[in-house]
Amino acid sequence: MPSRKAARLTREVIDPAEIVRSVGEAGAGAVALFLGTVRDNSEAGRVLRIEYEAYEPMAEKRLAEAERDVRRRWPATTGVKIMHRLGSLGVGEVSVAVAVSSPHRAEAFEACRHAIETIKHEVPIWKREKLGDGSEVWVEGVSVGAGALGRGAGQRSGATKRNRLPS
Amino acid sequence: MRVVPIRVKVLYFGQAREAAGRAEEDFSLPGAPSVLTLVSRSMKAHQELRRMSSVMRFAVNEEIAGDDDRLADGDVVAFLPPVAGG
Repeated sequence: MPSRKAARLTREVIDPAEIVRSVGEAGAGAVALFLGTVRDNSEAGRVLRIEYEAYEPMAEKRLAEAERDVRRRWPATTGVKIMHRLGSLGVGEVSVAVAVSSPHRAEAFEACRHAIETIKHEVPIWKREKLGDGSEVWVEGVSVGAGALGRGAGQRSGATKRNRLPS
Repeated sequence: MRVVPIRVKVLYFGQAREAAGRAEEDFSLPGAPSVLTLVSRSMKAHQELRRMSSVMRFAVNEEIAGDDDRLADGDVVAFLPPVAGG
């Protein structure tokens, strides 16, 4: 039985159809869905897998805050669902999903975009890439708290630094 | 009057866990130490953590904390390297 929580971590495969269903409302004319997936390459090289870990109780709180933040900023929103996967993911697997339903498309897109940017800046989650050459690198993102919760949605490039692990 | 030491639990995540060589650790500190005092103690024990010190953030009992926040007995302090969700 899937959890009713609007924002949570999971170790199970994320099912986009189920996420979309969970935000369905009779008054909604729009659903925006964002999926983050594991890419087969990065600046570090060919990527085989990515391992995600979190400070789980804090991450769940921050995801819930991100969901409340969306509802506060876009009160017309009828449904919000946020899920982030943990564990070892292969190329193409869904690592994060955000779905927002609302009466009209403009706020659905904006709210969805805001939520994913907040997640990337504010939630204590880390990832390590397993590369084709056998090495592993931590993906170095942003210092937590430097981001969007309580402030405007920050724009940032997708580029992130990586620290090669000592072998 | 003697100063009663407090015990705090430290959690290390991601690169900080690798740098510290452990996922958690208990510290005993005198009085009501600041977050910074605890962090200095930890970094003295684990030199590898120092290279991350400028980008690391700290949480006390699952909330982001400032360097000068005071710790109490039983607090849980997490070392949070830059996050990379998504």
